[in-house]
Amino acid sequence: MFDALTAKLTGVFQRLSGKGHLSEKDVDEALREVRVALLEADVNFRVARDLVARVREKLLGVELQQGLNPAQQVVKVVNDELTAVLSGGDHKLKPSPQAPTIIMLVGLQGSGKTTTAAKLALNLRRSGTIMKPLLIAADLRRPAAVDQLASLAKQLDMPVYTEAPATSNALKAATNGVRRAKDLDAPWAIVDTGGRLQIDEELMQELVDIKQAVNPHEILLVVDAMTGQDAVQVAGEFHKQLGLTGLILTKMDGDARGGAALSITAVIGVPIKFIGIGEKPDGLEPFFPDRMASRILGMGDVLSLVEKAEAVIDEKKARELEKKLRQSTFDLQDFLDQLKAVRKMGSLGQLMDMIPGMGAIKKRLPNGGDVDEYRLKQVEAIVLSMTARERRSPDVLDASRKRRVAKGSGTAVQDVNQLLNQFREMQKMMKQFAKMKPKQIEKMMKGTPGAPQLPRPR
Amino acid sequence: MPVDFLRRKQKTEEGLKKSREGWFGKLRGIFRGQKLSLTAVGEVEEALLAADVGLGTTEKLLAAVKDQSPGSPEEHLSLLKQAMGRLLKQSSVPAKLFPGQPRPGDAQVVLVVGVNGVGKTTTIAKLAHYLKGEGYKPLIAAGDTFRAAAIEQLQVWGQRVGVEVIAHTQGADTGAVIFDAYKAAQARRANVLIVDTAGRLHTKHNLMEELRKIRRILERLNPEAPQHTLLVLDATTGQNGLAQARAFMEIVQCTGIVLAKVDGTSKGGIVFAIAEELKLPVLFMGTGEGIDDLTPFDVEEFVDGLFTTSQAAPAT
Ligand SMILES: Nc1nc2c(ncn2[C@@H]2O[C@H](COP(=O)(O)OP(=O)(O)O)[C@@H](O)[C@H]2O)c(=O)[nH]1
Ligand SMILES: [Mg+2]
Repeated sequence: MFDALTAKLTGVFQRLSGKGHLSEKDVDEALREVRVALLEADVNFRVARDLVARVREKLLGVELQQGLNPAQQVVKVVNDELTAVLSGGDHKLKPSPQAPTIIMLVGLQGSGKTTTAAKLALNLRRSGTIMKPLLIAADLRRPAAVDQLASLAKQLDMPVYTEAPATSNALKAATNGVRRAKDLDAPWAIVDTGGRLQIDEELMQELVDIKQAVNPHEILLVVDAMTGQDAVQVAGEFHKQLGLTGLILTKMDGDARGGAALSITAVIGVPIKFIGIGEKPDGLEPFFPDRMASRILGMGDVLSLVEKAEAVIDEKKARELEKKLRQSTFDLQDFLDQLKAVRKMGSLGQLMDMIPGMGAIKKRLPNGGDVDEYRLKQVEAIVLSMTARERRSPDVLDASRKRRVAKGSGTAVQDVNQLLNQFREMQKMMKQFAKMKPKQIEKMMKGTPGAPQLPRPR
Repeated sequence: MPVDFLRRKQKTEEGLKKSREGWFGKLRGIFRGQKLSLTAVGEVEEALLAADVGLGTTEKLLAAVKDQSPGSPEEHLSLLKQAMGRLLKQSSVPAKLFPGQPRPGDAQVVLVVGVNGVGKTTTIAKLAHYLKGEGYKPLIAAGDTFRAAAIEQLQVWGQRVGVEVIAHTQGADTGAVIFDAYKAAQARRANVLIVDTAGRLHTKHNLMEELRKIRRILERLNPEAPQHTLLVLDATTGQNGLAQARAFMEIVQCTGIVLAKVDGTSKGGIVFAIAEELKLPVLFMGTGEGIDDLTPFDVEEFVDGLFTTSQAAPAT
């Protein structure tokens, strides 16, 4: 969907001089791309502006770090900055000394509070308490919201506290619910409240009243990962009126890059506690700032890819590959094997976005932009049209060989050239990679985009 | 309940006015200068970005006004408005949802799709209410058999708006529900069948394929069906809205958008990008949680309404 930032920046620096250090012009051109990436990810434009200004300061005059090209250097600084913003605070929910620990979920309509309440109950239960958390249904306004929570609770075999919407109200239900949690000796009480607009004074007051009545330890804002620029206003107002202690980012299993997470943490500074990654009750995961930063920058979630890759590529092959890398003998055949392995892992477009550097390949493919199965097949066709020798040492490919390969694969010479350029770039990265120590590699795979897309052998 | 909704609506309208005043007040302030200066362009750009119009579309819109010769602020403003209006009007909006007069037993189908939590079910209730007011006899199919209590939610709405809801139980096959509902619509001589579907992220291959199947079932019942496939979009959504629209367009060939939750502070600017790329018109806006809170979309009014709120606003 989006090109990897690294690829774009590589393009920028190809146009520019960029020698031992970054000139002001280099930096500004690069930062323009960074801004685009942030805005495409729905990072609030003010937050993006501030962030770009901070990164600019850091980049100017700084010596290029060993082993990183200018594009990687910029990406690293941006990525570090994002990670720093996202890292603030404690990302775990801590039980209070005295049970129950009371958690109140708040947010806009449709952000996913009720589903999240159930997921949270399951998550907390699995994290080891003997007694079960109590779910409390305090959305009495939306039709069947109480039924929804009750039904989820039943499905999970969790206790739930409900009152009849016709004869009660949210404040009563929440208050009585928390009292019940105390009676039951429940370790956690999770209060699901109705969705509301932050500008709805009457309904915001309702939340303030509930807060005063039940004294929650945590007030978590549930935010849809697809939220746009307005996220800061929404979160700001909820925070102002309620004093939020954390965020839960939902619907992260989609392809939204989730810039709202950055906007909100930058503006109100509360930590993200969990991310929602599916409709089922087990679709709740801990939050990792570095993964989120990469995702926002469109550079792919390196770690998840590695995890998926590990499942597909068997260990022996992975070790072979690593050896090749160390000896810098990674050739086009290996490249093709990699692509095939990648294809086995699932939906391609999604995977390509998860692989740093692949964005650059995508861009160079005919039609640029989105890569579908068809275009990847083209790459495959090109490689398959080469002789074994050509695959091993692509340098032997002169004009007439290229013409033959293009003809054999039903592509244009230009396509062959593009693929070769990309492969060479990758090889260069591989060489750097080969020089690194295992520790460095690990670090690079985790944090720095632009790293070669490889399974991490265990 | 209705009174409650009314009061709250007033309140949110006030809140909304405040937030819009800030935004468009600023725009007006910017256009007050004799010429659209560089900084002014920057500020207009930010204003459009803040509305989720997105960088690409914003730049195109700006290009339309940037190179114009110096003129009054009103002239510049109207140029921008025209450019925005033109974008939204690239796709023709039908004057009515269905051509001609409602005929008994027509059973024209409106399929409602979208990602999770955007407001599909609520929109369906409002739409049923709206169509009743237009003289139609609607029927609703409870096609979301996945989410807990989705059926109950729709049934409560059905009672409120006085429209029959055909439902099976949770976990049942959506296709079967739709089949039954279509037969029921014919038997009850209803002229519109509105089909609810479970929310699904556009990236979930299997769920999208299931949606394609749902459409095929409808086509088999009547080659003309579904007469409309409405994509419900949450106005709060940022740039991902375009990806959503693309994916749903491809799978079920949407005929229009319902932009829900415009009663909040989000501007829903992603519809400009969608209109530009997909020529998919916005047909309705959701303006609240009550049954009356659905308004036919009017391009002039949408663009104009955004700007006219600022007339009362103090220039900043
Ligand atoms: N403020 C506001 N809330 C809405 C609007 N439309 C729907 N909602 C709310 O959004 C939430 C999700 O709506 P629902 O219809 O269940 O979404 P679905 O999952 O797409 O069917 C509910 O709390 C609705 O009351 C709207 O136009 N404005
Ligand atoms: Mg629904």
